[in-house]
Amino acid sequence: MAVSEAPLAANDSLRARAREFLERRHRLHPGEIVPWLLIAAVLFVFPDRTTFGTQVLIAIMFALSLDLILGYAGIVTLGHAAFFGIGAYTVAILSARLGWGEPISMLLAAALLAGLAGLVSGWFLLRYSGLTLLMLTLATAVLLQEFGNYRSDITGGYDGVPGMTIWPILGWFENDLYGRNYYVFTAIVLLVVFYIVRRIIHSPFGQALIGIRENVRRMHAIGSPVHRRLVTAYTIAAAIAGVAGALFAESTAYTTLGVFDFDNSAKVMVMLILGGTGRLYGAFVGATIYMILEDEFSKAVPEYWQFGIGLVLVLAVLFARRGLLGLFEDAAASLRRSRS
Amino acid sequence: MLTVGGTVLPSFAAIVSILFDGLAYAMVLFTISVGLSITMGLMGFVNLAHGAFAMFGGYLVVTLTRSLGVPFLPSLVVAAVVIGALSVPFEKVLYSRLYRAGELDQVLLTIGLAFMAIATCTMIYGPAPVTVPLPSVLTGQIDIGVRTVPAYRAFVIVVGVALIAVLGFAFERTSIGAKIRAAVDNRRMAQSVGINVDRLFTLTFAVGSGLAAFGGGLAIQAFGLTPSFAILYLVFFLLIVSVGGLGSLKGTLVASILLGVFDVGGKYLTPEAGGFFIYALALVILLVKPAGLYGRE
Repeated sequence: MAVSEAPLAANDSLRARAREFLERRHRLHPGEIVPWLLIAAVLFVFPDRTTFGTQVLIAIMFALSLDLILGYAGIVTLGHAAFFGIGAYTVAILSARLGWGEPISMLLAAALLAGLAGLVSGWFLLRYSGLTLLMLTLATAVLLQEFGNYRSDITGGYDGVPGMTIWPILGWFENDLYGRNYYVFTAIVLLVVFYIVRRIIHSPFGQALIGIRENVRRMHAIGSPVHRRLVTAYTIAAAIAGVAGALFAESTAYTTLGVFDFDNSAKVMVMLILGGTGRLYGAFVGATIYMILEDEFSKAVPEYWQFGIGLVLVLAVLFARRGLLGLFEDAAASLRRSRS
Repeated sequence: MLTVGGTVLPSFAAIVSILFDGLAYAMVLFTISVGLSITMGLMGFVNLAHGAFAMFGGYLVVTLTRSLGVPFLPSLVVAAVVIGALSVPFEKVLYSRLYRAGELDQVLLTIGLAFMAIATCTMIYGPAPVTVPLPSVLTGQIDIGVRTVPAYRAFVIVVGVALIAVLGFAFERTSIGAKIRAAVDNRRMAQSVGINVDRLFTLTFAVGSGLAAFGGGLAIQAFGLTPSFAILYLVFFLLIVSVGGLGSLKGTLVASILLGVFDVGGKYLTPEAGGFFIYALALVILLVKPAGLYGRE
């Protein structure tokens, strides 16, 4: 920001105060250990459900990446599945076509390619807003899907990529029957990703994103490079979504063009809204609850499940705009008020 | 057949086929999208449930013709009127609360409604594609001089052209049309000179939903009706609306024809590339003209 760069004593004290504010926000809260304890507990309480648990962790990561751009920067996208799909296909093509199946390097490759796609598309698309941006993001995802279908000799089209061989993690940990190794692997990757996102949110850059979300004109007026900030956030979010997609492809050794579906973009948005946007842990709460409910209900009568999700969305918009975590905070606040 | 650089050039008959099929396709797209364009232009409301109104219209036609024995053509009209009327409470109770909200809220509400609509239709009609009994006039082939074409597609084109004429007249020559155009251009100014924009919006919303239902009925035999119709073709309707420009009748028509003909042509000439062309085309148009071909910057 231009102001803070002026060599004035007053600004130095201002800067010190801002620094203190951000550091206070960034300090770890003791309650933040809870989700990680729960994630670890699953290994012992539900040792035979870790395959499903891995998918939940992947969904959390995907929703977390959306939170960075939707919840913090306020970019409404209908095509976030594009980056998840790029990540998944990076793994699929590397392992099935190019004979490289090393999991960790494939995650990095996926992050790189998805991030690159985020950089290029973001640079073009993020000049627009509103309906145009919605359409452009949506069209980008569909375009990638159609391109995948066009080159189905490489992608396998809607039938999926055959013959993906994923090597053991670190040359040692195979993807066993219950998928415990992948559960641990995914949890560790999620922890790393979460740490990165958390640092970004509480950095001056993260505050600038919130500023853009709240009042873009003012951010322009104080000289913040809005477009560059948005593209940076979009690129990081794309890279994280790419890692989530890559983990999906690695853990299931399977991918079809369905990953680019509009449904996939909508689903991750529903998860995030359900948990609450712009609050980091909303992704954890929303994705976990969504995945468990879907697992319980969608097999029995898929129509009821879809109807229920639709109803929840409508109710959430009308009555609980800040998600489950928002409801929880409101309840806690009113409890405190009634006590005092 | 002529070939250039390995690509087979389409014959004259093939070009006629592409244009004809593309035009029929475009008319269905136009009928469904036009209401969406006008309502979005008026209120800036992102309505992802518009495809659901079209789908309900289609299924209503199915029920009317199959279960109640109503002929196809009257069924189309009845479906349009019923869905148009039923859309009003939705607009009054749900949509009107979110006019001033951000597009995210509008997207979420209307995706929610679309999901509920899809689930409801799956429960009632099942997930398989449905068909309707057509009058014998519409099932055969007719000769248009150059070649014979399916009668149903010719019928769709005739209906579409008639609809364009009626809408064009209503939009350009009636006082309601003038009020709509004024409100799309500048809502505040229109309100200041005494136009009741809220009522105007309810009216266009009802007419738009009714037209969508009519289009949904036409779509059954043109591109098949399943419950996923509401989301599957929504991408297409939204692209037409944004490529044409919000609130522009002419834009919606041009975009419908452009995307309809290119889609049919693309699939005909290079089946494997499928819809790739139209999405690329739409993307380029939007990048060059973000407000659409006939939209206001």
